[in-house]
Amino acid sequence: MSADIVLWLVQDGITTGAIYALLALALLLVFAVTRIIFVPQGEFVSYAALSLGMLQTGQTPGTVWVLIAGGAIVAVLEGASALARREPARLARILAVYVAGPLAIAALARWGAAHALGLWAQMAIVAALVVPLGPLLYRIAYRPLADASVLVLFIVSMAAHYVLSGLGLVIFGGEGLRTNPISEARFDVGVLKIGAQSVWVAGASLVCMIALWLFFEHTLVGKALRATAINRVGARLAGIPAGLTGSIAFVLAAAIGAASGVLISPIATIYYDSGLMISLKGFVGAILGGMASYPLAALGALGVGLIESFSSFWASALKETIVFTLIIPVLLWRSLASRHPAVEDEEE
Amino acid sequence: MRTHARLAALAVTCAVAAAAAHAEITIGVTLGTTGPGSSLGIPYKNAFQLVPKTLGGEPVRYIILDDESKPDNAAKNARKFVTEDKVDAIMGSNGVPSAVAMTQVAAESATPMVSLTPVPPLAPERNRWTFVVPQPTQLMMSAVAQHMKARGVKTVGFIGFSDTWGDLVYNAVNALSASNGYKLVTNERFGRADPSVTGQVLKITAAAPDAVVVGGSGSPAATPQIALRERGYKGPIYHNHGTVNRPFIQTGKKSAEGAIAPTGALIVAEELPESFPTRAVSLDFVKRYEAAFGAGSRNAFAGYSWDGVALLDAAAKVALKKAKPGTPAFRAALRDALENVKDVIGTHGVYNMSPANHNGLDERARVLVQVVNGEWRLLK
Repeated sequence: MSADIVLWLVQDGITTGAIYALLALALLLVFAVTRIIFVPQGEFVSYAALSLGMLQTGQTPGTVWVLIAGGAIVAVLEGASALARREPARLARILAVYVAGPLAIAALARWGAAHALGLWAQMAIVAALVVPLGPLLYRIAYRPLADASVLVLFIVSMAAHYVLSGLGLVIFGGEGLRTNPISEARFDVGVLKIGAQSVWVAGASLVCMIALWLFFEHTLVGKALRATAINRVGARLAGIPAGLTGSIAFVLAAAIGAASGVLISPIATIYYDSGLMISLKGFVGAILGGMASYPLAALGALGVGLIESFSSFWASALKETIVFTLIIPVLLWRSLASRHPAVEDEEE
Repeated sequence: MRTHARLAALAVTCAVAAAAAHAEITIGVTLGTTGPGSSLGIPYKNAFQLVPKTLGGEPVRYIILDDESKPDNAAKNARKFVTEDKVDAIMGSNGVPSAVAMTQVAAESATPMVSLTPVPPLAPERNRWTFVVPQPTQLMMSAVAQHMKARGVKTVGFIGFSDTWGDLVYNAVNALSASNGYKLVTNERFGRADPSVTGQVLKITAAAPDAVVVGGSGSPAATPQIALRERGYKGPIYHNHGTVNRPFIQTGKKSAEGAIAPTGALIVAEELPESFPTRAVSLDFVKRYEAAFGAGSRNAFAGYSWDGVALLDAAAKVALKKAKPGTPAFRAALRDALENVKDVIGTHGVYNMSPANHNGLDERARVLVQVVNGEWRLLK
């Protein structure tokens, strides 16, 4: 194994590792704020990548139907609760947000598919399509169960994953897509030929992470999210609404998912069911980082990318086995090293 | 109550009368038109809109059921066909496990089965009743092996799916290696949805083989194709018949240019030489299929349905002389006739069955195609 092969593998590992790191952050964020192990995180990645692919081939992304249907379901739920509380005045706002909003975005996507827009405009449309799916999913699937145990929320996550990936098969079909890269330039660095898209992936991931850090450290909403993560009951007593922090966490998770999907789609073929594998790798990264610290989770995910890259060189048939076996020693070590608090979900 | 009884009596009379009037042939077809195999199941089913209304000159009725791409449902449908509908033959399905599950029912009920997917070697009793329409993997890959031999390829790198399909293609290429004078130097594997195959491709380029064979299918097969070209691999890259579709080219874009794969003749029907034995049948089918389902909709799977029907048509002509449809004697006669069909021209190739060979296709059942300017074109 020569030095240039090592360099190639490192470069490849960092590119995929950067995506895993973004997803690890999103998973950690959602888990800290809402105690949900967010399995469908990867679906945002595949929805965003495939929506962008469909826009570029001049088709209206099928995502619009999911968005409209999701909005309609939430409108019914919210409308029913508004009527039950005898506040019919809220109905107009509910209709505007959950029915007119998705329809407007759908119209925008339709228009965008018909016109050959620039890549950035297409990405903006994809963000408008995919990001609202996060809070909609939270409202439909999780908020009614917000106080359930981690295990129940996990089972809901599995169900949501199957629903979303099944819908993905219907609206995108079974074949994969690749999108046009932001730039096709290649840089010669020693023996390496680094694609500009790989630089974009690593750079954009870094920018996202810094933005998240600034958000948590320097904004009121970010601090509210952190407070909820540290102590849910205390945060609620201090007047932070639990439903709102959940929604915001899901907006962020969906945005991170959409960004990852858009970034990775030019260098990897994405299928309707690619999301699960990508988010599971992010999850492994988050576990390697102890499921508590953001920088450690990002580092862990980067490590997953590197290990994956090297094991695909040495033993390609065993690649997934190697990556997922990593969890076992880490969990063993953590359960031996840490004091064992009683099952934590019973605390409330 | 009385009206109900009368209606029931009427219905029974009608059914009996209908059965007596038409000694029609009944064929039970089960396909996975929903579920994970649906992208293949739907074209398989589409072809049944175009098949003739008779088999061997006798009117025919096709009962088409969906098995949701699940083997247990395929077996359940097959059992319903033989017990309730008293069919003369069963056809299906579009997944290998589903088709294997059906062969059991075919053998138990002594009903001939036309399998629309390749099946692995079967026990003698099941094999006796099962006839396979598509080309075996090794027949397809032999076109690749011969082409490599003609080019003087001595070393071959392999990269394929980390599943049964990857194994099947690898085994076929490996079995053909001695007779065609090349050696396999790598056996790399990748997952269908893997975001990157850089590691595997580096290993292949480090081994510097004269050619690379990819054991993938459809758009996922483009992943190693792109990675090999990006890493500057200049040798020929061969695929298999599972890759000959449009999504492969759409995904591979410029990197897909020059990729070579074997396929059934109907995919490039217009380009076949006049002397090609299936040219007329392939061309006619492709024209009618695309008239019904849109330009560019042609695919190998619909062709298999058509060829299965062509086999039954040829066999029914013989069997009808011996027995009446709907009887065990007719099913046995149909099986014997299927085993002895000679020179049945389908859309994919020419079928000559024998007790030892229940597929009957030969080298006329495959051509090599190459991606040229974003289209699969006949490689001359």
